[in-house]
Amino acid sequence: MQLKIGARYRSQVCQTEIIVVRPLPGEADLTCGGHPVIDLKETPAAGLSLKEGADTGNALGKRYTDASGTLELLVTKPGQGTLALGGEPLVLKEAKPLPASD
Amino acid sequence: MSIAMLLDMAASAYDSRTALGREADGMGYESLRRTVAGGAGVIRASTAGSVAFIGLNGPAFPSLLIASAVAGVPFSPLNYRLSTDGLAELLARLDRPLVVVDEAFEHAVGGHDLVMTAGAWLSAAREAPEVPAIDVADEDCAVLLFTSGTTGRPKGVVLRHENLVSYVIGTVEFASADPGEAVLVSVPPYHVAAIGSALTNLYAGRRMVYLPNFDPAAWLDIVARERVTGAMVVPTMLARIVDELGEKPAQIPTLRSIAYGGARMPATVLERALRLFPAAGFVNAYGLTETSSTIAVLSPEDHREALGSHDPEVRARLTSAGRPVPGIDVEVRGDDDRPVAGGEMGELWVRGPQVSGVYEGIGSVLDADGWFPTRDRARVDSGGYLFIEGRTDDTIIRGGENIAPAEIEDVLIRHPALRDAAVVGMPDEEWGERIVAVVVPLEGATADADEIRAFVRARLRGSRTPDDVVIRDSLPYTPTGKLLRREIVADLSSPAAVQTPERM
Repeated sequence: MQLKIGARYRSQVCQTEIIVVRPLPGEADLTCGGHPVIDLKETPAAGLSLKEGADTGNALGKRYTDASGTLELLVTKPGQGTLALGGEPLVLKEAKPLPASD
Repeated sequence: MSIAMLLDMAASAYDSRTALGREADGMGYESLRRTVAGGAGVIRASTAGSVAFIGLNGPAFPSLLIASAVAGVPFSPLNYRLSTDGLAELLARLDRPLVVVDEAFEHAVGGHDLVMTAGAWLSAAREAPEVPAIDVADEDCAVLLFTSGTTGRPKGVVLRHENLVSYVIGTVEFASADPGEAVLVSVPPYHVAAIGSALTNLYAGRRMVYLPNFDPAAWLDIVARERVTGAMVVPTMLARIVDELGEKPAQIPTLRSIAYGGARMPATVLERALRLFPAAGFVNAYGLTETSSTIAVLSPEDHREALGSHDPEVRARLTSAGRPVPGIDVEVRGDDDRPVAGGEMGELWVRGPQVSGVYEGIGSVLDADGWFPTRDRARVDSGGYLFIEGRTDDTIIRGGENIAPAEIEDVLIRHPALRDAAVVGMPDEEWGERIVAVVVPLEGATADADEIRAFVRARLRGSRTPDDVVIRDSLPYTPTGKLLRREIVADLSSPAAVQTPERM
């Protein structure tokens, strides 16, 4: 799939919903719970379940990034699945908050 | 995406926190979510194509902002100080608006069939059945905000869902506020900082306390009473707060952060505020309506570093707008529209997902590469700090030389006899424009025009010396702190003005 800034996706096997903060160029194999994420408005395929080892979960409002630090996703609804790119789990991005300005 | 997503996230995380109002009886996040979901139904049932709000800060404002998004229609907070005609002109530019109005301004709205008082709207929203959110496209208008129109007819700035969501998720960490944090909002709903504040504070989990009519004593009182931890003010508000305090530092230990923006901050006001609020961190936020609020920030650390530095370049940063926020690119361009060499002055162009650059009835003014011309004159120093030197429209051209009024105003404000100063260009047969300084003496002080000219000449190049110095009791500002240069010029052009100036 081609990731677009601001695009929203959902997991097929848990409650997870995400929004793309910083996309990757080209094709991206983005999964949650071991299965490809789908457009927020699509219906999950029948009969899928959380894969073993892909169930470490994610947290609401947290940012996740790939090893290169290029991709950035924000979890808008948390779930039990592990977010991964090309099979590699994404890691929690350390936040560096700006001071409140308005 | 929709700005409604931000409240959904907040409501699912902050079930025990207060979202709006007083600690004792404010509105919780779940209650706000419920009001918004019902309110969207009220908007849908009205068949309106947009929602207008004419009123003061209070719970109606953020709930209307997000309910409009859930209902899939644009939201326009209007300036409640406008005349009946002024309001009618703006309402006529909206798509069949549902007009929600504070009881106090109801008389100013005539000839509309879809009108509700803010009180009636809130009760209806609380009782109406919840409706699911309408799907909106990223590029749909979330907020149509009219500029203050200090230089002409107000322009309707289209802030799309993608602009506002990008601003929030690009600059704020979800749940970054501690449970006890509260922000005091003093800017009126029709200011972009009020839109920014409603969305960013809901998202961060910070309680919002509103001061509907700014008054310095009331501001200090509510900060103490509501244990406010942060506040945003425009420069004219901070000037009145420091005047109210006099020489006595504020006794409000909860206040950890004071953000300022919306207009240029006089250095003398900032220096007094830093002394009177020694425990607070100061944040300078620079942004425009067209950029979904803040695009550059001078942090508390930047303020401290500048204050404590002996390096003139670092020291000067106290008057800068700080550095761009994540996602914002900046470029300073010269008169030939090409980027200037490092550190030179020019027009500031900005780019990023939070930048709209779209006006109602005009369309996008972005260039082919997505850059927006801010019409602000700026320079960037070697550390990437942005210095804003006023509007390009205000530039005085005297004898072929471009002169930024701000440069002269910054000197005048430091004159020991002056409280305030503005510099404008007036038509001149010899020079094209001549420099006129309009100054306001401190109470009890006498301002001498010759001496003031000498004061400027001693500090700036000769071409910056005001040709005329005019003394006034006060300068005209909008309630949101913007200097009305047009009114100053009109005042100076009127036949009556000829008697009063001290001519050189």
